[in-house]
Amino acid sequence: MNVTQVSVFVENKPGHLQNVLKILGEENINIITLTIAETSDFGILRLIVNDPDKAVGALKKQSITCSTTDVLALEIDDTPGSLYKAIETFAKMNLNIEYMYAFTEKRQDKAVMIFRFDDIEAAKKALNKEGYNIVSKINIIGE
Amino acid sequence: MPENKMKELQFERMKWSLTHAYNGNKFYQEKFDKAGFHPDKFKSLADMKHVPFLDKQEMRDNYPFGLFAVPLDEVVRVHSSSGTTGNATVVGYTKNDVDVFAEVVARCLGCYGGTEKDILQVAYGYGLFTGGLGLHYGGEKMGCLTVPISGGNTERQLMLIKDFGTTMLACTPSYALNIADYLEKKKPDYDIRSTNLRIGILGAEPWSEAMRTEIENRLGIQAFDIYGLSEVIGPGVSAECTAKSGLHVFEDHFYVEIIDPETGEILPEGEKGEIIYTSLTKEAFPTIRYRSKDITRLYHDNCSCGRTLVKMEKVTGRSDDMLIIRGVNVFPSQIETVLMEVEGTEPHYQIIVDRKGALDDIEVMVEVSEKLFSDEVKVLDNLKKRITDRFRSVLGISARISLVEPMTIARSEGKAQRVIDKRQI
Repeated sequence: MNVTQVSVFVENKPGHLQNVLKILGEENINIITLTIAETSDFGILRLIVNDPDKAVGALKKQSITCSTTDVLALEIDDTPGSLYKAIETFAKMNLNIEYMYAFTEKRQDKAVMIFRFDDIEAAKKALNKEGYNIVSKINIIGE
Repeated sequence: MPENKMKELQFERMKWSLTHAYNGNKFYQEKFDKAGFHPDKFKSLADMKHVPFLDKQEMRDNYPFGLFAVPLDEVVRVHSSSGTTGNATVVGYTKNDVDVFAEVVARCLGCYGGTEKDILQVAYGYGLFTGGLGLHYGGEKMGCLTVPISGGNTERQLMLIKDFGTTMLACTPSYALNIADYLEKKKPDYDIRSTNLRIGILGAEPWSEAMRTEIENRLGIQAFDIYGLSEVIGPGVSAECTAKSGLHVFEDHFYVEIIDPETGEILPEGEKGEIIYTSLTKEAFPTIRYRSKDITRLYHDNCSCGRTLVKMEKVTGRSDDMLIIRGVNVFPSQIETVLMEVEGTEPHYQIIVDRKGALDDIEVMVEVSEKLFSDEVKVLDNLKKRITDRFRSVLGISARISLVEPMTIARSEGKAQRVIDKRQI
């Protein structure tokens, strides 16, 4: 199972990000992690939230351009060298990472890496072979 | 030539031109018939009011050769306004038309004080645009050494001005200012005043007296307006003389009227309105009562240059939504077409035209709809690049594309305001 990321188009101007966060807050949507890819005139806000469908619905109602994308969430040990090993797997399989970001889990000594691949299924297969733990939606949302 | 003699000549030529259009072109024939007008009924210039107008849309509808009045094998050249297939206007010239074109441009050069001793550097674009070849043939007709350098490459323009001893430079007014900026920033040692350059032949876009003063002061030249439309012939419809007060219309080849753009009624001499053109001698592409949308007025004064030709004021405005950006005609509908082609969807957009420094600056704001959006920066960057490239190839201008959020472009009654022109001309 893949994790659903919500991507939002925001202009690179004061107050624009705030507006998106306000809408999500009012809809009682919890943000687990986020990252922003920025260019000189716009940014793409990428969010992992507890209810992506509800988030997208709320944003669209306010005419905000957004979409959902399947991303791969990978649990790794929160120790030196563990990200290197994971990435090595992708390199070996010649899998290109479009972008990635990370967060740590509160409940244990684990970190979760979010990866965006063109071919998510190939990446999953490669990781499974190496015995990695791919996190499903439920794991992340777990309190 | 005295005014009454000119009117006689115009009447004779008009009679020929109307008959030629009627007999040689089906579209004109049907159009005249529908309006209840026949060239045989044309008894004096006062009958012009019975001749139906021709508008830009009819020219587009007849793309490419529908308005030609001679067999195609007599046509030796075409020019075209910029644009996609749907918007382009193709104009044709017979051998004789090419001669007339060269003749009127040569007269322009004469108006500015040019002679066969001059060296003319043509920095208008050569190609489908009438500017480059128009000035080129005019220069040769005058007997000038004519340098077909075409537009751009300022470094090389400056090199040839110095090495060839160029005396006349033909370009757009914004490019003239661009050269001045370039000299100031990159070549402080290049003394343009020590070159032979003395005359600037500027046209293809609107410019003001303030710009004239600035260009003259910064480049140390005399700057003159050259006016024309490809629909009529190209540059050379009218030109300023050394008096620099209005442009003399070469009315032995082009008949001009001023109308009220709302009612279509002919206005008396001296009043401001839309200028209407009728070609008197053109063979391949007769232009009969073409609605130029340019706003000006016509008048006779005892011009100090001695010419008795009717004068028109510098064109200051247009009665439609056409934009002239760096000398290129751009219609908002063309911008729509480009956006449609790029993504197969018509996004909301707004065009903002401004003048930054010397050059016109065009920004196109495009609202990012869900269809255009992606979670990857490279996809959106590619989108921007594709739109930019398409603009360059279709419209011939480089525009800055900004991707903006939906509903950022102000809409009045649901319709977005498409064009904001901030230029102070």
